[in-house]
Amino acid sequence: MFQALNRALMSRKGPILTGIAVGILAPLLTFWGNPGNMGICVACFTRDIAGALGLHRGAVVQYIRPELAGFILGSFISSLIYREYKPRTGSSPIVRFFLGFFAMIGALVFLGCPWRAYIRLSAGDLNAIPGILGLTIGVAIGIAFLWRGFSLGRNYPAKKPLGYIMPLAAITLIAFVLLRPSFGPEGSSAIFFSEKGPGSMAAPVALSLAAGLLIGWLAQRSRFCTVGALRDLIMFKDFHLFNGIIAFVIAAFVTNLLLGQFKLGFEGQPIAHTNVLWNALGMVLSGLAFTLAGGCPGRQFIMSGEGDGDAAVFILGMLFGAATAHNFSLASSGTGPGAFGPAATIIGIMFCLSVGFLMREKI
Amino acid sequence: MAESITVDARGLSCPQPVVETKKAIERSACSEIYVLVDTMTSVMNVTRYAKSQGWTAQYDKMPEGGFKITLRK
Repeated sequence: MFQALNRALMSRKGPILTGIAVGILAPLLTFWGNPGNMGICVACFTRDIAGALGLHRGAVVQYIRPELAGFILGSFISSLIYREYKPRTGSSPIVRFFLGFFAMIGALVFLGCPWRAYIRLSAGDLNAIPGILGLTIGVAIGIAFLWRGFSLGRNYPAKKPLGYIMPLAAITLIAFVLLRPSFGPEGSSAIFFSEKGPGSMAAPVALSLAAGLLIGWLAQRSRFCTVGALRDLIMFKDFHLFNGIIAFVIAAFVTNLLLGQFKLGFEGQPIAHTNVLWNALGMVLSGLAFTLAGGCPGRQFIMSGEGDGDAAVFILGMLFGAATAHNFSLASSGTGPGAFGPAATIIGIMFCLSVGFLMREKI
Repeated sequence: MAESITVDARGLSCPQPVVETKKAIERSACSEIYVLVDTMTSVMNVTRYAKSQGWTAQYDKMPEGGFKITLRK
Protein backbone atom coordinates (compact mmCIF):
# COMPACT_ATOMS: atom_id res chain seq x y z
CA MET A 1 0.00 0.00 0.00
CA PHE A 2 2.84 2.33 0.88
CA GLN A 3 4.44 1.67 -2.49
CA ALA A 4 1.23 2.53 -4.33
CA LEU A 5 0.85 5.70 -2.27
CA ASN A 6 4.45 6.63 -2.95
CA ARG A 7 3.99 6.12 -6.69
CA ALA A 8 0.90 8.33 -6.60
CA LEU A 9 2.74 11.02 -4.65
CA MET A 10 5.59 11.01 -7.17
CA SER A 11 3.14 11.27 -10.08
CA ARG A 12 1.00 14.12 -11.37
CA LYS A 13 -1.45 13.32 -8.58
CA GLY A 14 1.13 14.04 -5.86
CA PRO A 15 0.61 17.77 -5.37
CA ILE A 16 -3.16 17.26 -5.63
CA LEU A 17 -3.18 14.58 -2.91
CA THR A 18 -0.98 16.77 -0.71
CA GLY A 19 -3.19 19.80 -1.38
CA ILE A 20 -6.28 17.84 -0.36
CA ALA A 21 -4.58 16.63 2.83
CA VAL A 22 -3.46 20.16 3.79
CA GLY A 23 -6.86 21.55 2.82
CA ILE A 24 -8.62 19.14 5.17
CA LEU A 25 -6.11 19.26 8.01
CA ALA A 26 -5.68 23.04 8.24
CA PRO A 27 -9.34 23.86 8.98
CA LEU A 28 -9.49 20.80 11.27
CA LEU A 29 -6.53 22.09 13.28
CA THR A 30 -8.42 25.37 13.75
CA PHE A 31 -11.46 23.32 14.78
CA TRP A 32 -9.26 21.46 17.29
CA GLY A 33 -7.96 24.71 18.79
CA ASN A 34 -5.53 26.55 16.51
CA PRO A 35 -6.26 30.25 15.81
CA GLY A 36 -8.86 31.25 13.21
CA ASN A 37 -7.86 30.58 9.60
CA MET A 38 -4.45 29.65 11.00
CA GLY A 39 -4.70 25.88 11.13
CA ILE A 40 -1.33 25.93 9.45
CA CYS A 41 0.58 29.11 8.73
CA VAL A 42 4.29 28.62 8.30
CA ALA A 43 5.11 32.29 8.86
CA CYS A 44 2.77 32.78 11.84
CA PHE A 45 4.00 29.59 13.47
CA THR A 46 7.65 30.54 13.02
CA ARG A 47 6.74 33.86 14.63
CA ASP A 48 5.06 32.06 17.55
CA ILE A 49 8.18 29.92 18.04
CA ALA A 50 10.36 33.06 18.01
CA GLY A 51 8.11 34.44 20.73
CA ALA A 52 8.16 31.27 22.81
CA LEU A 53 11.96 31.31 22.70
CA GLY A 54 11.90 34.90 23.96
CA LEU A 55 13.27 36.42 20.77
CA HIS A 56 10.39 38.92 20.77
CA ARG A 57 7.99 40.23 23.41
CA GLY A 58 4.67 39.93 21.58
CA ALA A 59 2.92 38.38 24.58
CA VAL A 60 -0.04 37.15 22.53
CA VAL A 61 2.01 35.29 19.90
CA GLN A 62 4.23 32.91 21.85
CA TYR A 63 3.90 29.16 21.45
CA ILE A 64 6.08 26.29 20.26
CA ARG A 65 4.12 25.07 17.24
CA PRO A 66 4.59 21.30 16.89
CA GLU A 67 3.34 21.41 13.27
CA LEU A 68 6.61 22.94 12.05
CA ALA A 69 8.75 20.47 13.97
CA GLY A 70 6.60 17.81 12.29
CA PHE A 71 7.29 19.28 8.85
CA ILE A 72 11.04 18.92 9.36
CA LEU A 73 10.88 15.45 10.89
CA GLY A 74 8.30 14.11 8.42
CA SER A 75 10.46 15.26 5.54
CA PHE A 76 13.63 13.96 7.20
CA ILE A 77 12.19 10.47 7.76
CA SER A 78 10.67 10.34 4.27
CA SER A 79 13.88 11.47 2.61
CA LEU A 80 15.86 8.83 4.55
CA ILE A 81 13.46 6.04 3.57
CA TYR A 82 13.40 7.01 -0.10
CA ARG A 83 17.11 7.80 -0.27
CA GLU A 84 16.63 11.47 -0.97
CA TYR A 85 18.35 12.66 2.21
CA LYS A 86 21.13 14.74 0.75
CA PRO A 87 23.07 17.20 2.90
CA ARG A 88 24.06 20.22 0.83
CA THR A 89 24.91 23.87 1.37
CA GLY A 90 26.92 26.79 0.03
CA SER A 91 24.49 28.70 -2.20
CA SER A 92 24.80 32.24 -0.80
CA PRO A 93 23.64 31.42 2.74
CA ILE A 94 23.80 35.01 4.01
CA VAL A 95 21.66 36.27 1.13
CA ARG A 96 19.16 33.49 1.84
CA PHE A 97 19.15 34.49 5.52
CA PHE A 98 17.98 37.99 4.60
CA LEU A 99 15.55 36.74 1.97
CA GLY A 100 13.99 34.72 4.79
CA PHE A 101 14.14 37.77 7.04
CA PHE A 102 12.29 40.01 4.58
CA ALA A 103 9.89 37.27 3.42
CA MET A 104 8.79 37.09 7.06
CA ILE A 105 8.47 40.88 7.39
CA GLY A 106 6.21 40.92 4.32
CA ALA A 107 4.19 37.98 5.58
CA LEU A 108 3.60 39.67 8.93
CA VAL A 109 2.44 42.86 7.19
CA PHE A 110 -0.16 40.76 5.34
CA LEU A 111 -0.64 38.49 8.38
CA GLY A 112 0.11 35.17 6.82
CA CYS A 113 2.34 33.21 4.51
CA PRO A 114 1.08 31.95 1.12
CA TRP A 115 -0.36 28.86 2.86
CA ARG A 116 -2.48 31.06 5.12
CA ALA A 117 -3.42 33.33 2.21
CA TYR A 118 -5.08 30.35 0.54
CA ILE A 119 -6.63 29.19 3.83
CA ARG A 120 -8.03 32.67 4.43
CA LEU A 121 -9.48 32.71 0.91
CA SER A 122 -11.06 29.29 1.41
CA ALA A 123 -12.74 30.52 4.62
CA GLY A 124 -14.27 33.55 2.91
CA ASP A 125 -11.79 36.19 4.10
CA LEU A 126 -11.80 38.48 1.05
CA ASN A 127 -8.74 40.38 2.35
CA ALA A 128 -6.80 37.39 1.07
CA ILE A 129 -7.52 38.47 -2.51
CA PRO A 130 -5.23 41.54 -2.54
CA GLY A 131 -2.71 39.36 -0.70
CA ILE A 132 -2.77 36.65 -3.38
CA LEU A 133 -2.65 39.29 -6.14
CA GLY A 134 0.39 40.79 -4.41
CA LEU A 135 1.93 37.33 -4.07
CA THR A 136 1.45 36.74 -7.80
CA ILE A 137 3.08 40.09 -8.63
CA GLY A 138 6.01 39.29 -6.33
CA VAL A 139 6.45 35.89 -8.00
CA ALA A 140 6.24 37.53 -11.45
CA ILE A 141 8.99 40.00 -10.55
CA GLY A 142 11.12 37.10 -9.31
CA ILE A 143 10.50 35.30 -12.62
CA ALA A 144 11.74 38.32 -14.58
CA PHE A 145 15.01 38.03 -12.66
CA LEU A 146 15.17 34.26 -13.27
CA TRP A 147 14.82 34.77 -17.03
CA ARG A 148 17.66 37.31 -16.89
CA GLY A 149 19.95 34.74 -15.32
CA PHE A 150 19.40 35.39 -11.60
CA SER A 151 21.12 32.78 -9.45
CA LEU A 152 22.31 32.49 -5.89
CA GLY A 153 24.94 30.07 -7.16
CA ARG A 154 25.35 26.35 -6.69
CA ASN A 155 25.13 24.40 -3.49
CA TYR A 156 27.58 21.57 -2.89
CA PRO A 157 27.31 18.19 -1.19
CA ALA A 158 28.05 18.39 2.53
CA LYS A 159 28.96 15.91 5.24
CA LYS A 160 26.10 13.72 6.45
CA PRO A 161 25.76 15.27 9.95
CA LEU A 162 25.02 18.73 8.54
CA GLY A 163 21.51 17.56 7.74
CA TYR A 164 20.91 16.27 11.28
CA ILE A 165 20.94 19.76 12.78
CA MET A 166 17.41 20.81 11.81
CA PRO A 167 15.80 17.48 12.80
CA LEU A 168 17.58 17.76 16.16
CA ALA A 169 16.32 21.32 16.53
CA ALA A 170 12.82 20.02 15.76
CA ILE A 171 13.13 17.33 18.44
CA THR A 172 14.31 19.99 20.92
CA LEU A 173 11.23 22.09 20.14
CA ILE A 174 8.96 19.09 20.70
CA ALA A 175 10.69 18.47 24.05
CA PHE A 176 10.10 22.12 24.96
CA VAL A 177 6.40 22.00 24.21
CA LEU A 178 5.90 18.68 26.02
CA LEU A 179 8.03 19.36 29.10
CA ARG A 180 7.45 23.13 29.25
CA PRO A 181 10.75 23.76 31.05
CA SER A 182 11.28 27.14 32.67
CA PHE A 183 14.66 28.82 32.41
CA GLY A 184 14.06 31.40 35.13
CA PRO A 185 11.37 32.98 37.33
CA GLU A 186 7.85 32.43 36.03
CA GLY A 187 6.85 34.89 33.33
CA SER A 188 10.27 36.53 33.02
CA SER A 189 12.20 33.82 31.19
CA ALA A 190 11.72 31.46 28.28
CA ILE A 191 10.00 29.24 27.40
CA PHE A 192 7.04 31.65 27.02
CA PHE A 193 3.51 30.43 26.35
CA SER A 194 0.83 33.05 25.59
CA GLU A 195 -2.03 33.19 28.06
CA LYS A 196 -4.32 35.08 25.71
CA GLY A 197 -4.49 35.90 22.00
CA PRO A 198 -3.60 33.66 19.06
CA GLY A 199 -0.56 32.22 20.84
CA SER A 200 -2.82 30.76 23.53
CA MET A 201 -4.93 28.97 20.94
CA ALA A 202 -3.59 25.57 20.01
CA ALA A 203 -4.76 22.15 18.97
CA PRO A 204 -3.61 19.28 21.22
CA VAL A 205 0.13 18.71 20.78
CA ALA A 206 -0.30 15.14 19.53
CA LEU A 207 -2.72 16.19 16.79
CA SER A 208 -0.56 19.15 15.73
CA LEU A 209 2.54 16.99 15.59
CA ALA A 210 0.81 14.17 13.72
CA ALA A 211 -0.57 16.62 11.14
CA GLY A 212 2.87 18.18 10.74
CA LEU A 213 4.56 14.80 10.28
CA LEU A 214 1.99 13.69 7.72
CA ILE A 215 2.21 16.92 5.72
CA GLY A 216 6.01 16.86 5.97
CA TRP A 217 5.99 13.36 4.51
CA LEU A 218 3.47 14.11 1.75
CA ALA A 219 5.14 17.39 0.76
CA GLN A 220 8.58 15.77 0.65
CA ARG A 221 7.35 13.10 -1.72
CA SER A 222 5.23 15.40 -3.91
CA ARG A 223 7.40 18.62 -3.78
CA PHE A 224 4.25 20.57 -2.85
CA CYS A 225 5.09 24.29 -3.01
CA THR A 226 2.71 27.23 -2.87
CA VAL A 227 5.12 29.64 -4.56
CA GLY A 228 6.56 27.17 -7.06
CA ALA A 229 2.96 26.55 -8.14
CA LEU A 230 2.49 30.13 -9.35
CA ARG A 231 6.05 30.30 -10.67
CA ASP A 232 5.84 27.17 -12.83
CA LEU A 233 2.40 28.14 -14.08
CA ILE A 234 3.59 31.57 -15.24
CA MET A 235 7.04 30.48 -16.46
CA PHE A 236 6.29 27.20 -18.19
CA LYS A 237 2.48 26.98 -18.26
CA ASP A 238 3.05 23.93 -16.07
CA PHE A 239 0.03 23.09 -13.89
CA HIS A 240 1.77 20.29 -11.97
CA LEU A 241 2.17 22.17 -8.67
CA PHE A 242 -0.69 24.59 -9.29
CA ASN A 243 -3.16 21.70 -9.37
CA GLY A 244 -2.12 21.14 -5.77
CA ILE A 245 -3.13 24.68 -4.87
CA ILE A 246 -6.52 24.30 -6.56
CA ALA A 247 -7.07 21.05 -4.64
CA PHE A 248 -5.89 22.73 -1.43
CA VAL A 249 -8.30 25.68 -1.74
CA ILE A 250 -11.28 23.49 -2.71
CA ALA A 251 -10.63 20.97 0.08
CA ALA A 252 -10.18 23.77 2.62
CA PHE A 253 -13.35 25.51 1.38
CA VAL A 254 -15.44 22.35 1.76
CA THR A 255 -13.93 21.51 5.15
CA ASN A 256 -14.46 25.05 6.45
CA LEU A 257 -18.05 24.95 5.23
CA LEU A 258 -18.70 21.61 6.95
CA LEU A 259 -17.13 22.82 10.20
CA GLY A 260 -19.08 26.10 10.16
CA GLN A 261 -15.89 28.13 9.79
CA PHE A 262 -16.79 29.83 6.50
CA LYS A 263 -17.61 33.54 6.74
CA LEU A 264 -17.65 35.69 3.61
CA GLY A 265 -16.54 39.32 3.82
CA PHE A 266 -13.78 41.80 4.54
CA GLU A 267 -14.69 42.91 8.07
CA GLY A 268 -14.24 41.04 11.33
CA GLN A 269 -12.13 38.22 9.90
CA PRO A 270 -9.88 36.39 12.36
CA ILE A 271 -6.35 37.80 12.67
CA ALA A 272 -6.61 39.96 9.54
CA HIS A 273 -6.79 43.63 8.64
CA THR A 274 -8.62 45.33 5.78
CA ASN A 275 -5.88 47.59 4.40
CA VAL A 276 -5.85 46.60 0.72
CA LEU A 277 -2.59 48.34 -0.20
CA TRP A 278 -0.47 46.79 2.55
CA ASN A 279 -2.13 43.39 2.30
CA ALA A 280 -0.96 43.45 -1.31
CA LEU A 281 2.49 45.00 -0.88
CA GLY A 282 3.35 42.77 2.08
CA MET A 283 2.79 39.78 -0.15
CA VAL A 284 4.63 41.35 -3.09
CA LEU A 285 7.67 41.37 -0.81
CA SER A 286 7.06 37.82 0.40
CA GLY A 287 6.38 36.43 -3.06
CA LEU A 288 9.52 38.01 -4.46
CA ALA A 289 11.72 36.84 -1.58
CA PHE A 290 10.36 33.27 -1.72
CA THR A 291 10.81 33.12 -5.50
CA LEU A 292 14.42 34.29 -5.30
CA ALA A 293 15.04 31.67 -2.60
CA GLY A 294 13.49 28.90 -4.70
CA GLY A 295 10.37 28.02 -2.71
CA CYS A 296 7.62 28.92 -0.26
CA PRO A 297 8.18 28.76 3.50
CA GLY A 298 6.67 25.30 3.77
CA ARG A 299 8.99 24.05 1.05
CA GLN A 300 11.97 25.59 2.85
CA PHE A 301 11.08 23.55 5.96
CA ILE A 302 10.74 20.41 3.84
CA MET A 303 14.07 20.99 2.12
CA SER A 304 15.76 21.63 5.47
CA GLY A 305 14.53 18.19 6.55
CA GLU A 306 16.12 16.68 3.42
CA GLY A 307 19.46 18.13 4.49
CA ASP A 308 19.45 21.45 2.62
CA GLY A 309 21.55 23.69 4.85
CA ASP A 310 20.71 26.78 2.79
CA ALA A 311 16.98 26.26 3.36
CA ALA A 312 17.80 25.91 7.07
CA VAL A 313 19.57 29.28 6.99
CA PHE A 314 16.53 30.77 5.23
CA ILE A 315 14.36 29.48 8.11
CA LEU A 316 16.69 31.04 10.69
CA GLY A 317 16.35 34.28 8.72
CA MET A 318 12.56 33.92 9.00
CA LEU A 319 12.92 33.40 12.76
CA PHE A 320 15.05 36.55 13.07
CA GLY A 321 12.66 38.44 10.79
CA ALA A 322 9.72 37.45 12.99
CA ALA A 323 11.52 38.65 16.11
CA THR A 324 12.44 41.91 14.40
CA ALA A 325 8.90 42.41 13.10
CA HIS A 326 7.51 42.33 16.64
CA ASN A 327 10.39 44.12 18.38
CA PHE A 328 10.34 47.02 15.88
CA SER A 329 6.55 47.43 15.42
CA LEU A 330 6.59 46.14 11.86
CA ALA A 331 3.96 43.42 12.22
CA SER A 332 0.34 44.25 11.46
CA SER A 333 -2.52 43.67 13.87
CA GLY A 334 -6.26 43.35 13.42
CA THR A 335 -6.46 47.15 13.24
CA GLY A 336 -3.99 47.54 10.37
CA PRO A 337 -0.29 47.73 9.53
CA GLY A 338 2.23 48.32 12.34
CA ALA A 339 3.81 51.77 12.75
CA PHE A 340 6.91 50.91 10.73
CA GLY A 341 5.55 47.98 8.70
CA PRO A 342 5.08 49.91 5.45
CA ALA A 343 8.58 51.42 5.64
CA ALA A 344 10.10 47.99 6.32
CA THR A 345 8.16 46.53 3.40
CA ILE A 346 9.62 49.15 1.04
CA ILE A 347 13.13 48.49 2.38
CA GLY A 348 12.56 44.77 1.92
CA ILE A 349 11.38 45.18 -1.67
CA MET A 350 14.44 47.34 -2.39
CA PHE A 351 16.68 44.66 -0.85
CA CYS A 352 15.11 41.91 -2.96
CA LEU A 353 15.27 43.99 -6.15
CA SER A 354 18.96 44.64 -5.48
CA VAL A 355 19.59 40.93 -4.97
CA GLY A 356 17.68 40.19 -8.18
CA PHE A 357 19.63 42.73 -10.23
CA LEU A 358 23.06 42.06 -8.77
CA MET A 359 23.19 38.28 -8.36
CA ARG A 360 23.51 36.80 -11.80
CA GLU A 361 25.51 33.89 -12.97
CA LYS A 362 26.58 32.62 -16.32
CA ILE A 363 26.11 28.87 -16.22
CA MET B 1 28.39 21.45 -34.92
CA ALA B 2 28.55 19.29 -31.84
CA GLU B 3 26.03 16.48 -31.81
CA SER B 4 25.20 16.91 -28.18
CA ILE B 5 25.58 19.49 -25.45
CA THR B 6 25.75 19.11 -21.71
CA VAL B 7 24.04 21.41 -19.23
CA ASP B 8 25.49 21.21 -15.74
CA ALA B 9 22.64 22.23 -13.45
CA ARG B 10 23.97 20.52 -10.34
CA GLY B 11 23.41 22.43 -7.13
CA LEU B 12 21.09 25.03 -8.64
CA SER B 13 17.86 26.01 -6.87
CA CYS B 14 14.44 25.54 -8.45
CA PRO B 15 13.61 26.41 -11.18
CA GLN B 16 17.07 27.09 -12.59
CA PRO B 17 17.71 23.54 -13.89
CA VAL B 18 14.54 23.88 -15.98
CA VAL B 19 15.47 27.41 -17.11
CA GLU B 20 18.88 26.18 -18.29
CA THR B 21 17.27 23.19 -20.03
CA LYS B 22 14.83 25.51 -21.79
CA LYS B 23 17.69 27.73 -22.98
CA ALA B 24 19.59 24.70 -24.28
CA ILE B 25 16.55 23.39 -26.14
CA GLU B 26 15.85 26.77 -27.71
CA ARG B 27 19.40 27.78 -28.59
CA SER B 28 21.00 24.63 -29.80
CA ALA B 29 20.34 22.66 -32.92
CA CYS B 30 21.44 19.44 -31.26
CA SER B 31 19.14 16.49 -31.15
CA GLU B 32 20.66 15.28 -27.91
CA ILE B 33 21.08 17.22 -24.67
CA TYR B 34 22.53 15.94 -21.42
CA VAL B 35 21.43 17.65 -18.23
CA LEU B 36 23.32 16.96 -15.01
CA VAL B 37 21.34 17.47 -11.80
CA ASP B 38 21.74 16.30 -8.24
CA THR B 39 18.24 15.79 -6.87
CA MET B 40 15.32 13.63 -7.90
CA THR B 41 13.19 16.78 -7.77
CA SER B 42 15.26 18.32 -10.56
CA VAL B 43 15.13 15.07 -12.56
CA MET B 44 11.34 15.18 -12.45
CA ASN B 45 11.11 18.90 -13.21
CA VAL B 46 13.49 18.76 -16.18
CA THR B 47 11.87 15.58 -17.51
CA ARG B 48 8.38 17.06 -17.26
CA TYR B 49 9.45 20.21 -19.08
CA ALA B 50 11.34 18.35 -21.82
CA LYS B 51 8.40 16.03 -22.46
CA SER B 52 6.07 19.03 -22.73
CA GLN B 53 8.36 20.29 -25.51
CA GLY B 54 8.21 17.02 -27.42
CA TRP B 55 11.52 15.55 -26.28
CA THR B 56 12.07 12.14 -24.77
CA ALA B 57 13.88 11.93 -21.48
CA GLN B 58 15.59 9.21 -19.52
CA TYR B 59 17.94 9.42 -16.60
CA ASP B 60 20.81 7.44 -15.12
CA LYS B 61 22.49 7.63 -11.76
CA MET B 62 26.05 8.90 -11.98
CA PRO B 63 28.75 7.03 -10.07
CA GLU B 64 29.92 10.22 -8.34
CA GLY B 65 26.35 11.05 -7.23
CA GLY B 66 23.58 12.94 -8.94
CA PHE B 67 21.82 12.11 -12.18
CA LYS B 68 22.46 12.46 -15.88
CA ILE B 69 19.30 13.12 -17.87
CA THR B 70 19.43 12.36 -21.57
CA LEU B 71 17.02 14.36 -23.70
CA ARG B 72 16.40 13.40 -27.33
CA LYS B 73 14.25 15.05 -29.92
